[in-house]
Amino acid sequence: MFSYCTDPQTLEGLAWMACYLTTGKHLLFYGSFFVVIGLMFVTVPCALAMGFAGALASRSQIAPLRWIGKSYSALVRGVPDIAFFLFVPLALDQGLEWLRLKIKCPDWDQPIRQGNDFVVCAAAKLPLSSAPQWQHEVYGIVLAIAAFSFVFGAFAAFVLSGAMNAVPRAQLETAEAYGMTRRQTTWRILVPQMWVYALPGLSNLWMILIKATPLLFILGVEDIVYWARELGGHKTGAYDYPHGDWRLWYFLALLVFYLSLTRVSEVILGRLSRRLSRGQATMAGEEMRRAA
Amino acid sequence: MSCVETFQNYALRSIGLGERLLPKTDFTLCDHFVLIGSGLIWNVYFAVLALFFGFFFATAIALARNSRSAALRKPAQWYIFVFRGSPLFIQFFICYEALTLLPKNGIEINLLFTEITAGTRWLTRAWAGALIVLFLNTSAYTGEIFYGALRSVPKSDLEAADAYGFSGWARFRRITWPTMLRLAWPAYTNEAIFLTHATTLVFFSSFPAWQQKGDALYYASYFADKTFNPFVAYPILAFYFILLSLAIIGAFGLVNRRLNRHLPQDRRAAFRPRPALMR
Repeated sequence: MFSYCTDPQTLEGLAWMACYLTTGKHLLFYGSFFVVIGLMFVTVPCALAMGFAGALASRSQIAPLRWIGKSYSALVRGVPDIAFFLFVPLALDQGLEWLRLKIKCPDWDQPIRQGNDFVVCAAAKLPLSSAPQWQHEVYGIVLAIAAFSFVFGAFAAFVLSGAMNAVPRAQLETAEAYGMTRRQTTWRILVPQMWVYALPGLSNLWMILIKATPLLFILGVEDIVYWARELGGHKTGAYDYPHGDWRLWYFLALLVFYLSLTRVSEVILGRLSRRLSRGQATMAGEEMRRAA
Repeated sequence: MSCVETFQNYALRSIGLGERLLPKTDFTLCDHFVLIGSGLIWNVYFAVLALFFGFFFATAIALARNSRSAALRKPAQWYIFVFRGSPLFIQFFICYEALTLLPKNGIEINLLFTEITAGTRWLTRAWAGALIVLFLNTSAYTGEIFYGALRSVPKSDLEAADAYGFSGWARFRRITWPTMLRLAWPAYTNEAIFLTHATTLVFFSSFPAWQQKGDALYYASYFADKTFNPFVAYPILAFYFILLSLAIIGAFGLVNRRLNRHLPQDRRAAFRPRPALMR
């Protein structure tokens, strides 16, 4: 990074530190912070969509759909989320390969589970074994996003269906009195009004999502925890680092990162909730009106 | 091997009793159920002890947070902020790294007349180290819940207590504390459920499962890795955890009934066993 870094023998103290913190590996480490934040921003719309579908399903008039919607959110909340983070990518991977097997190799006659192996024809492998390395990595990240969306979709479904129930009953009855169909009532009356009730739950969910991101490490994504362990340890598989065991310091840096992320989110969400309460017929809105 | 034999060999495997070698091939449903159930011992151990000790510490934290003196309030605020604002996973890592940095041979403590060596090796083991982290973590979350409840104790209750001549410790013990618990109980039930779920993280963070003595998720993922089939082990794990969650809801529901026993039947708030989102 800096010109004086070329000869490490001459370096002392701060100059050494500056060089150390700008090595190629460290730049990858800094990049992984953006990977984590990026992943969160991709997960949020996916999880909201899943949650919205789940919440609508749990209010459906068709009984099987209602059961699916209700059991989806109840099941995920009753089981540790990390179990789903381990389960969903593997299950999704095998499900997709099985589907591709049905399409691409219709004359495949062997069982797909042979002893302790899952066997599909070469053309059905996902990604293909001939695919370049980056495709494998992207596939892993996509599976991780799917797992996060599945879990947080269930949480969002819980929050959103609670919010839908919180919309005053009189509003819906009025809509019915005006002759709106059920579908019209849902989309024109219920959905626009539910967001202010959903906001506290959704901000809580965002906090939980932030705090769940280190689990990406378990899914094999090269995230900040991976790099912190890699760079902090005093030796890796390949070579020794010129320092002792610094993992504690790296993890403390991660701690500071997460604390600032949650703090900033808290402040922003607090402002958002104040903005949304303005003019609402709720306790917060009434307090604002009095204060003004 | 019949199921009874499997049970005899592996029911206590997670605490080191019974057969040493884990099953390697030909896993039966019975193997799955027994071994994952055996791992559940650790989840219950961590959850019960962390919740028990955390309950008292959280009360202290809530009181400190509510205190007028900044010397008490500020540390409590920071404690809650640090533990609620950061992922439990990172807390496990930091704690493990910090504990391994302690000298391996123990710390010499020089008392006036004799010298004793306090061993530190056991602190890096999961049963102690992870328990400390879980205890500190749940205390922070519970402390925040209790603090919120403490702030919403009705003023009239306290005025009535004053009128009856209660003060100091008696007022806290008889009036403030029970009311606080009553208000906090539904949220605290959620916290208990989510802490129990969080115990599955222990062996997936730094703490090593020594001699393959792990918790339920450890064995479930062992099976899933070996058979490459996630559709058996994880549903069994889910089944166990749903049972555990229901047990927690039942136990906390009983306490809730006792806390509200003075209220007339129709004024008792319905105890809703729906795990909301707290963590």
